[in-house]
Amino acid sequence: MNTVMNPLQGIEAFAAFERALAEQLQTAVAQPLSRRSFMKISGGVGGGLVLALAVGLPDTAEAQGAPPAVPFAPGAYVRIAPDGKITLYSKNPEIGQGIKTAFGVILAEELDAAWADVTVEQSEINAAVYGGQFAGGSLSIPMNWDGLRQAGAGARAMLVAAAAKQWGVSESECTTSDSNVIHAASARKASYGSLATAAAAMPVPADPKALKLKDRKDYKLIGKRFTGVDNLPLVTGKPLFAIDVQLPGMLYATLVKCPAVGGKAVSANLDDIKKLPGVTDAFIVEGTPKPANTMATGVLPGVAIVGKSTWAVFSARKQLKVVWDESTASKDSWTQSVAKAKELSAKAQGDKVVKTVGDIDKALAAGKPVESYYQFSFVSHAQLEPQNTVAWFKGDSIELWAPTQLPANSLPLVAGIVGLKADKVKLNQMRVGGGFGRRLLNDFVADAAYVAKQVPNTPVKLMWTREDDMQHDAYRVGGFMAYKAMLDAQGKLTAFNGHMIGFEDPTSKAATTASDYGANEFPANYVDDYRASISRLPLATPCGPWRAPGSNTMSWVQQSFFHELAVAAKRDHVEFLLEVFGRKAGAAPQAGPPGLNADRAIGVIKLAAEKAGWGKPLPKGRHLGLAFFFSHQGHIAEIAEVSVDAKKKVTVHKMTVAADIGPVINLSGAENQVEGCIVDAMSTLALEVTMEGGAIQQTNFDKYQLRRMPNSPQVNVHFVTSNYTPTGLGEPAFPPAAPAICNAIYAATGTRIRTLPITKAGFTVA
Amino acid sequence: MLRLNVNGQERTIDGVADDTPLLWVLRDELKLVGTKFGCGVAQCGACTVHLNGSPVRSCSIPASAVAGQKITTVEGLANGAVLSALQQAWIDQDVAQCGYCQAGQLMTATALLKQHPNPTDAQIDQVMTNYCRCGTYVRIRKAIHAAAAAGKGGAA
Repeated sequence: MNTVMNPLQGIEAFAAFERALAEQLQTAVAQPLSRRSFMKISGGVGGGLVLALAVGLPDTAEAQGAPPAVPFAPGAYVRIAPDGKITLYSKNPEIGQGIKTAFGVILAEELDAAWADVTVEQSEINAAVYGGQFAGGSLSIPMNWDGLRQAGAGARAMLVAAAAKQWGVSESECTTSDSNVIHAASARKASYGSLATAAAAMPVPADPKALKLKDRKDYKLIGKRFTGVDNLPLVTGKPLFAIDVQLPGMLYATLVKCPAVGGKAVSANLDDIKKLPGVTDAFIVEGTPKPANTMATGVLPGVAIVGKSTWAVFSARKQLKVVWDESTASKDSWTQSVAKAKELSAKAQGDKVVKTVGDIDKALAAGKPVESYYQFSFVSHAQLEPQNTVAWFKGDSIELWAPTQLPANSLPLVAGIVGLKADKVKLNQMRVGGGFGRRLLNDFVADAAYVAKQVPNTPVKLMWTREDDMQHDAYRVGGFMAYKAMLDAQGKLTAFNGHMIGFEDPTSKAATTASDYGANEFPANYVDDYRASISRLPLATPCGPWRAPGSNTMSWVQQSFFHELAVAAKRDHVEFLLEVFGRKAGAAPQAGPPGLNADRAIGVIKLAAEKAGWGKPLPKGRHLGLAFFFSHQGHIAEIAEVSVDAKKKVTVHKMTVAADIGPVINLSGAENQVEGCIVDAMSTLALEVTMEGGAIQQTNFDKYQLRRMPNSPQVNVHFVTSNYTPTGLGEPAFPPAAPAICNAIYAATGTRIRTLPITKAGFTVA
Repeated sequence: MLRLNVNGQERTIDGVADDTPLLWVLRDELKLVGTKFGCGVAQCGACTVHLNGSPVRSCSIPASAVAGQKITTVEGLANGAVLSALQQAWIDQDVAQCGYCQAGQLMTATALLKQHPNPTDAQIDQVMTNYCRCGTYVRIRKAIHAAAAAGKGGAA
């Protein structure tokens, strides 16, 4: 619930991570779609003329008053062939969030195309045409909602203009439906395909904003269920991922890094390695300087092995002997951090106060506060496709095939590593085998570029092992929270104090990614006396955005503590939460897209309670737990129904989810994201990554057991239909799940979980 | 020279070390990349293929040990353009998110339906041990039941 300016939409509340991301993306994100213009691209595909519209020219072209030049753009958003085939281009990376399908649905809706006529393809990576292209912060939908609708409507307008001209009728008399323009008065109808050539000769709409978009009640596609556009190639094993790329003469490479982050390779038995079967080269990698920005990446030092197959280089690693210089490497110790944080937590006020309201110290001194101390673990992304990139250095240019969430960022990164200009870097965006934030960092792309330059004019597939992946992740940062709060005689919340103990880079003192306490974190504006402060411990271990960064742990500490407060006040949890939000109910809507909105919060809490049977008799042994959290523009309440056996094994039978995310684009995809978030949260509750002597102690899935199929809960999702701008759903359903489950465990057992993973208190998740 | 029987075809591969896992022969040598690498230690199941009809983790079986035996990969599930009931159910139930694990899931589910044409939830839980990092288990279960109801869960 941190407040950050969104460069696109003005007033906006996004997690701290977006600020770092936006800084990284300055050039891309700072070109808002609001100053778009249309352009027409006629190109011969199979000899026929096609209609294409490009939307999202960079500001610079307009600002300089230059006529919009037609960029290299084989397709922008919409392409209609004379045979009626409609190709829509999805500009952002597909990482499993279903964006390729959702973007297709939005475009097809305003184009008024029949879905059966539509094929959706990944667009090229080209900021000049598409502006920002990334998958992060659940931002793809809100950032492209207007632009995609206008692109679809613009193409539709040109088709209508072409038909009206042919028929000699007014455009206003024409309607569209299922890829046809219709003139009802004369009972004429023309397919989009038959109009494509003529439409391409029509003038482009001068002002995209002047296009009439559909009323939501008239939607034919948006909100319905669509199956994923790549489902067929997925179930038949077609090559969609970077790891599947095969090129003639391609070599394979692996890069062995120091287990302690930052350690340098001094020497290695390279001559022995080079003699191994299938190995073509082995060399020391000096690496690139550590970037100051925590979100930026480079190449870590180590030893590269190149060979004729993946197995040749993987098995050669087993013979590799490296002398590491660990003098500058991480010495991080989780056990030491735990001890230091506990000491710091004794103070009610941390080193840096981020928000204060009223007189919190006086309020806390007036009676006996409710106090609690929480600790949460580092965790790994564990995306299932290990990091990899195919890179082909051609001397004066480089081409890459990569599973990145942030392709724009990789271009200057690669350019710097190989010594070329960014426009000499071509990146082919591949389907991403799981993102979860990990692939917003492009370190694996950098690795591939570095190695490819040493093997010029040969495509090289750089492969990380799972061990590389787990030991060199950009982890979800662990942390600590000490709360004190006051309740009055009626059990009403009157004062709230949070002291977070987080982490920072020991050299730059920059806050570790997602280790932040937002100034407007709930309940900042909902109590009379309030303070949020943070103290930070040094941390060299790399951390990065991890599904709902910051929010996924803030939700757990905050919503667990709110349940503690409701219990201390001897009040019903739903009623207690509704009272707190009730203080801002009915407040005038803010200008621009809203942040946390009390009315929307109240709406989903009430809906979840109703649907979960809150306050009604439950099957024997079953107990409910509630949590609400606002993140990524999603207002979401979740209620877990659990039972706990005598051995402290927790079974989550059912999760009831009430979500207000604005209009849903693809109902099937939306429900899938919520189901996945619940499973992910259950998995993550029981996981931890620990480090000692700077080395990560979990090395593969045998020591980091993700959740499997058994006992997957029933997930009942209820979407509130609201008229707000839609948001993405890859993240916001995650944060409320863990506190809802832990609150239900308390209801079942009387044991409050204050440390994650829950295995620390002897619990397991069935 | 290594001789493998993959998806009904005899294949010969030269110059492969004896300890090369089946996974890497399929992917790097035969270019059958539907079978995925996830962990290399037989935990995640992304590399699941059938060996004489039974699901195995191909990352942990040397190709040389299965020479001449019948290997089926995800590329061999459909009969030409005709999908198996499970593949069709996977599409209809919209199972996949990132989709990386789904080939392995399909191979395990195909073997499950051969053994139990109409499996109970308990049987599904027992056999379906593959990781799905995106957490699509709810839909995988639905798709298996849907394919079982279609009455022809195995390879077409």
